[in-house]
Amino acid sequence: MTRFVERHPAWALIVIVAIALALWLTLAVWPPGLEEAIGRKRVFLNAVFNGITLGGLYFLVASGFTLIFGLMRNVNLAHGSLYLFGGYVGYAISASTGSWLLSFIVAFILTALVGVLLQLIVFRRMEGQDLRQTMVTIGLSIVFADLMLWACGGDFYQIQTPNWLIGPIELPLVTAVKSSGEPVYLRYPLVRLVIFAASVVIGLAMWLALNRTRIGMIIRAGVDDRDILAATGVRIQLVFVLVFALGAGLAGIAGVVGGTFQSLSPGEDIRFLLASLVVVIVGGMGSIPGAALGALIIGLAEQLGSVYIPTYAIVVTFLIMVLVLAVRPQGLLARR
Amino acid sequence: MSLAHDAHVTVRPAAAAQRPTLRGWPEINNPAAWIVAAILLIMPLIANGFFLIEIFATTLILGIMALSLMFLAGYGGMVSLMQLTIAGFSAYMVAVFGVSGNANISLGWPWWLAVPMALALATLFGTLGGALAVRTEGIYTIMITLAIGAAFYYFTNQNWAIFNGHTGINTVATPHFWGVNWRADIPFYYIVLAVAALCYFAVEYISRAPFGLALQGVRDNPRRMAALGFNVNAHRVAAYAFASFVAALAGVLQVWNYRQISPGSVSVGACIDILIIAVVGGITRPIGPFIGALIFVLLRTFALDFLVKLGLDGNRFRLLIGLGFLAIVFWSSDGVIGLWQSWRQRQRSGAARSSERHGRGSGQGSGHG
Repeated sequence: MTRFVERHPAWALIVIVAIALALWLTLAVWPPGLEEAIGRKRVFLNAVFNGITLGGLYFLVASGFTLIFGLMRNVNLAHGSLYLFGGYVGYAISASTGSWLLSFIVAFILTALVGVLLQLIVFRRMEGQDLRQTMVTIGLSIVFADLMLWACGGDFYQIQTPNWLIGPIELPLVTAVKSSGEPVYLRYPLVRLVIFAASVVIGLAMWLALNRTRIGMIIRAGVDDRDILAATGVRIQLVFVLVFALGAGLAGIAGVVGGTFQSLSPGEDIRFLLASLVVVIVGGMGSIPGAALGALIIGLAEQLGSVYIPTYAIVVTFLIMVLVLAVRPQGLLARR
Repeated sequence: MSLAHDAHVTVRPAAAAQRPTLRGWPEINNPAAWIVAAILLIMPLIANGFFLIEIFATTLILGIMALSLMFLAGYGGMVSLMQLTIAGFSAYMVAVFGVSGNANISLGWPWWLAVPMALALATLFGTLGGALAVRTEGIYTIMITLAIGAAFYYFTNQNWAIFNGHTGINTVATPHFWGVNWRADIPFYYIVLAVAALCYFAVEYISRAPFGLALQGVRDNPRRMAALGFNVNAHRVAAYAFASFVAALAGVLQVWNYRQISPGSVSVGACIDILIIAVVGGITRPIGPFIGALIFVLLRTFALDFLVKLGLDGNRFRLLIGLGFLAIVFWSSDGVIGLWQSWRQRQRSGAARSSERHGRGSGQGSGHG
């Protein structure tokens, strides 16, 4: 931190001012002039919270994508299909058993199994030919999309939120003050907050597992140089299978999450594939913290954009990507 | 890709030594090429309106788009998924600047003004996208161009001022001049054929011109080319500019063909279709994309009837396409052309072996082009 401040004093100042401004915008009661200029604070806070929770969902999808890419140099363009598959599985389980938590477990296991099969049957046979692997994943995503359309039809599905998570809760954030002097607090859906907390926990667990455990050490070594790692006697194929299973399973979990606070339909696979592409391009390929930062930026940009400049929301996301590519082509937090 | 590279290395000195005037057009000595050209020219006598437009003109238009991808991927080593987006942009620009049913959007320019404008803007758009994409390499290029394509698709869906949202722009006017309705089946077929031939020979010419050779050098070893004094990124961006122009031409033809343009025509799935066409056909030679497009269009048109006849669900057309694509990618690195070539080579080596058994070996083996 201090090194960053010493090396880039101007950037550090900008970051500090931005953080202070963001804190003031969230915590303070807005003066009337500001409300007139950009609308009510409740709208703004809702957009920010939606953005952050959407960022949590994007992080779940993109972290698996970036993990697989980081270790195996394999751009898995079928990742969106895994997301949608997990969502459908979660819907089927929660509709038949009524248990929301069970749907997460089953979705994780089944998509992880699909991931294992993909790695064993497909990717292992064409190691190192990244262009061909990418083509194969495109073909697979077409096949999967059509199979899922066949099995589930073109309807919208939404996974039932469990009773104990339904309804909004009041957050200690003042949105406005009534004329009687009574503060009005922000009300926000509990389920989104729980899901966001869960994605933070998953992110931290992944970070800990990568940085504090033996298998994490092996994976990090594999990201740096997998040939040398294989030469030291590590059973690299096993590591590949494990990482692919984990990445795919995360996509499956994300599918259940997305099915709960958005909906599942054909086409969502491409939407989330695109989201994870942009997230990892912005954050940096193969970097878990990068995926977190990118997901946060893209989620916020999407939601704030759709509130304040509705026709150009998608362009904002795109402009962020262009800006990052122009300034730091390897992504914000990539080491390369 | 190394296959094509070897082919050029072997063809070039021979062409320079033996027939300098022809500058190495392989089609001139190839009877099959003449037959195909003749069939394409007399096609209106053979095929009726449906086949002429829905099959052959559509094949040629998709083929031109895939050709622009083939040029980038085969000679430049850059797989760009935004070629359809560039074509769609150009189609939108024709609709916006020209005459259409949406009078509040279209500016009503005559076609000879709207088309060059659309071509110029689409080329600019593609070049800018390319300038972004060349900042990265290999699979990153796929992702960035895919992201550009998807962003454009969502943008056209959301923007009502220029792109008219998800309804798109309808009843786009087509050119009428010299007393001919150029959108009537037969004139339109010839326009498409002429543009396709132009693009095909332009790509083939460029692949042998110094620029194309330098581009192939950049594909094979960018660091070495940089050390030799070539500006690697400038070559790549120039390749994007040329490919964008080719794609933009196809876009103009497409909007004239369907007389409308909507976000559905520039969707992510359609972008990927272009990649499928190019890969299935083969991305080492310019003829590949057209073969791929023919297969794709035939499948798209007849798969439904075919599947129903087999007693299967006709809606599984995309499954068929996907599985076919997977099979091609799995078993051949160079699409249908690659399969054909390896089959020919096996035939030839088989013949050579049998003739050797009879005393003399005559098979040369290196018969590309």
